[in-house]
Amino acid sequence: MTNSEKNRLKDKAFQVFGVFCTFIGLVILAVFLFDIAIEGFSRIDWDFLTSLPSRRASRAGILTAWAGTLWILVLTAIIAFPLGVGAGIYLEEYSRKNRWTNFLEINIANLAGVPSIIYGLLGLEVFVRQMRLGGSLLAGALTLSLLILPIIIVTTREAIKAVPRSVRDGSFALGASKWQTVWNQVLPASFGGILTGIILSLSRAVGEAAPLIVIGALAYVPFTPATPLDEFTVLPIQIFNWTSRPQEAFLTNAAGAIIVLLAITFLLNGIAVYLRNRQQKKIKW
Amino acid sequence: MNKKTTKLEAKELNAYYGDFHALKSINIAMEEKNVTAFIGPSGCGKSTFLRTFNRMNDYIDGFRTEGDILLDGRDIYAKDVRVDELRKEVGMVFQKPNPFPKSIFENVVYGLKIQGIKNKSVLEEAAEKSLRRSALWEEVKDKLNQSALALSGGQQQRLCIARALAISPSVLLMDEPASALDPLSTAKIEELIYELKSEYTIVIVTHNMQQAGRVSDHTAFFYMGELVEFSKTKTMFTSPQDNRTQNYITGRFG
Amino acid sequence: MRVSEKIIEGLLWLSAVITILITIGIIWVLLSESIAFFSEVSIVRFLTEKEWTPLFADKKFGIMPLVAGTLLTTFIAIAVALPLGLTIAVYLNEYAHAGFKQVIKPMLEVLATIPTVVYGFFALTVVTPFLQGFIPGLAGFNALSAGIVMGIMIIPMISSLSEDAISAVPRSLREAAYGMGSTRLQTAFGVMVPAASSGIVVSVILGISRAVGETMIVAIAAGQQPRLTLNPLVPIETITTYIVQVSLGDVPHGSLEYRTIFAAGITLFIFTFALNNISFWIKKKYQEKYD
Repeated sequence: MTNSEKNRLKDKAFQVFGVFCTFIGLVILAVFLFDIAIEGFSRIDWDFLTSLPSRRASRAGILTAWAGTLWILVLTAIIAFPLGVGAGIYLEEYSRKNRWTNFLEINIANLAGVPSIIYGLLGLEVFVRQMRLGGSLLAGALTLSLLILPIIIVTTREAIKAVPRSVRDGSFALGASKWQTVWNQVLPASFGGILTGIILSLSRAVGEAAPLIVIGALAYVPFTPATPLDEFTVLPIQIFNWTSRPQEAFLTNAAGAIIVLLAITFLLNGIAVYLRNRQQKKIKW
Repeated sequence: MNKKTTKLEAKELNAYYGDFHALKSINIAMEEKNVTAFIGPSGCGKSTFLRTFNRMNDYIDGFRTEGDILLDGRDIYAKDVRVDELRKEVGMVFQKPNPFPKSIFENVVYGLKIQGIKNKSVLEEAAEKSLRRSALWEEVKDKLNQSALALSGGQQQRLCIARALAISPSVLLMDEPASALDPLSTAKIEELIYELKSEYTIVIVTHNMQQAGRVSDHTAFFYMGELVEFSKTKTMFTSPQDNRTQNYITGRFG
Repeated sequence: MRVSEKIIEGLLWLSAVITILITIGIIWVLLSESIAFFSEVSIVRFLTEKEWTPLFADKKFGIMPLVAGTLLTTFIAIAVALPLGLTIAVYLNEYAHAGFKQVIKPMLEVLATIPTVVYGFFALTVVTPFLQGFIPGLAGFNALSAGIVMGIMIIPMISSLSEDAISAVPRSLREAAYGMGSTRLQTAFGVMVPAASSGIVVSVILGISRAVGETMIVAIAAGQQPRLTLNPLVPIETITTYIVQVSLGDVPHGSLEYRTIFAAGITLFIFTFALNNISFWIKKKYQEKYD
C-alpha cells in the first residue's frame, strides 16, 4: 500500500468514526427516551395527574408538582421578563462604549457561568431569610429569575442587534426620541427573537431542581399552592425524591413524572424554534 | 435668482470623530428653495456634513463639533434647541431605502403619530397629501395597509420621501438617495427633486456627477474634510477654480 | 417629554445594574457565612484534613474529599465529551453536507435542553445496571455512570463551540492545505484544529466549569459518601451534592453545620469563577489575533 492509499484509508476511517460519534449521543438519547416511555407511560393516567403525593407509590400523583411548576413558570416569567429585556435594551441602545459598560458585560458573562446551586444559596440568604419569604413560590421564582436573567439579557441583545441601523436612523430623522424609536420600531421588529430567548430560558428554569432544593422547596406538599407565598414543590424535585427511594414502584412514578416534565420542556423549546423560524421568514431586510 | 434668503449656513464648522478631524473650518451659505449638491470622493466628509444639519451624528460616540450651524439664522447646536423639534423642520432621506417593517400607511404617518396626533382623518389626509407629493399615491392607494417591505426599491425610496414630507419640514436632506436604485427609479427620484424644490430647500449628497449636474442649482466640492469649492453648478462644471475640483470632475467624467 | 425619557432611561439602567447587585449579593452571602465558618474551623484544617464529616458526632472539616469527588466526575465527563464533541465538530465542518449539518445540529442541541434531574434518573436506572454487566465491582452509586452521563450532556456544548472556532479559521488556510494535496483528515487535524486550538480550549474550559457546578446528576447517581479517592467505581460525594444533602435535612439556621454549605459553596464558586475568567481571557486574546 502506498502512502497516499494509506492516507485515503485513514480519511475514510475517520469519516465513519465521525458519523458514529455524531449519532452515538442521539442513539443514547433515543434509547433513554424509549426506556422512560416503556417504564412511565403505563403509569400516566388521570389519577396520576390529579392526585396528591402519597407514601404509597400506587396512590401518589403529581398534582402538586405540576401545579407548582406552572406557578413557578408564570411567576419567573413575570419577574425576569421586564428586568432582562430592560437590561438588554439599556446595554444595546443606551450605554456608551466605556469601561463601565465593559464591566457590566463581563459581569453578565460571569453570572451566566455561575452554577445554579450557588443561586440557590443566594436565594436562601436573601429571599428566604432576609426578606422572610420562606420556602415560598415567590422566593423560588425570584431565585430562578436571577438565574435566567443573563440568558434573557444576551438573547435580547442579539435580537435587538439584528434590527438594522437604518430603521433607527429613519425614526430619529423624523424627530422620534430614543425611547419612541425603541418602543415603536426596535422592539416590535425584534420581539420574535426576544420572545424566543425568554421561552428558552424558561425551559431551563422549568428543569431546575438544585436551587429550589437549597431554598427549601419541599418534596412533600399535601396541597396545591393558592398564592405566591405558599410552599410548593416542582416536577424536578418530585422526580428527584422518587428516584432516591429504593422501591421499584417509585421509580415507575419518577418515569411517569419525567414524561410530563419532558413534554413541558420540549413544548417550550418547540414553540421557541417555531417562533425563531417564523421571525426569520417574516422579515428580510 | 436674485435676493434669495439664506436658509442654511455653516460658520467655521469643525467636526471630530474622537481624534479624527472630519470637517475642517467649513463656511457655506445655502439659499432657500434651492437644490445644493455635495460632491467629493468617499470619506471626504460630505455625508458627515449633511448629517450635522439634523444632528444625526449626535448618537455616535466621540463625535463633536465646533463652530455654528444656522437654520434660519438660529444655531441648531445651541443648548435650548430640542433635537426632535429640529428634525420636524429638517427632514432626511437615506442612501438605502429604509421603510419601517410596518404598513405603508403606518410608515407615512409615523412622524405625526409620535408627535401625538391620533385623529384618523387628519392622519389619512396627511398620508394622501404626502404620497401624492412624492408621486407614489397612484401606485399604492389601494394597498395602504400592506407591508412597506413588499414595495420595489424605487417605491420604497419614494415612500421614505413621503414619510419625511408628512411632518412638513422646510429642509430636505438627501444622502445619495438614488445610489441603491435602478436607472428608471433614479430618474423618477430626480424628477421629484426638481418638483419639490419649489417648496423645500434641498441638500443632496451624490457620487454621481451627472446627477449633481441635472438636479442642483449649486454644488459644493469636498475633499479630505475641506470645502474646496462652492459655486453655481454650471460654473463648477464648466470652469472649476481649484485644481482638485477639476481633477475630480474630469476624472469622473472620463 | 424630556422627563419621561429620563425616567425610562433610569429604569433601564437600573435593570442593568441589578446584574451587578446579583454578583455583589452572591459574593456577600458566600463570604459572610464562610467567614463565620472559618472563625470556628481554621482554613488549614479545611484544606488539609482528609475527611469531611460535619454531620457526624466526630466532626472533620477537610474539603478535599468533596473536591476529589467533584474533580473525578468532571474528569470522566470531559473524557467522554471532548473526543466525541471534537470529532463531531471536525466531522460536521470538514465532511458533512450543509443540509445534514442543519438537521443534526438542532438535534444535538436537544441533549442540552433535557433537565439534569432526568439525566440523573438515566444514570442511576439505565447506565449503572448496564455497566454492572461487565464491571463486576461497580457499586450502585458511583462516579463513573454520573460522569459518563454528564459527558453526554456536555457534548453539544463542546461540539458547537469547537465548530464555531473551526469555521472561524480563515478559508485561505484550509485551501492552502488542500492545495498541497492533504486529505480532509490531514487538513482537519494538521491545520484546522491547531489553528482553532484556543477556541477549542475555551469550549473545554466552559465544559469543565459546567461539569464542576452540575448538581442533580451526581446527587442522584454518584452517592453521598465523601471519600478521598480516584476510584470511579465506588460511591463518592461532590461539593454540589453535599449542599443538596444538607438542604434536604433540617439543619438549624446559624449552626456550624448550616455554614458548611456556604464554605463548600465558596469553594465551588472560586473554581467556576476562575475557569470562566480564564476562558474569557483566552477568547479575548484569540479574537485579537484574527482581527
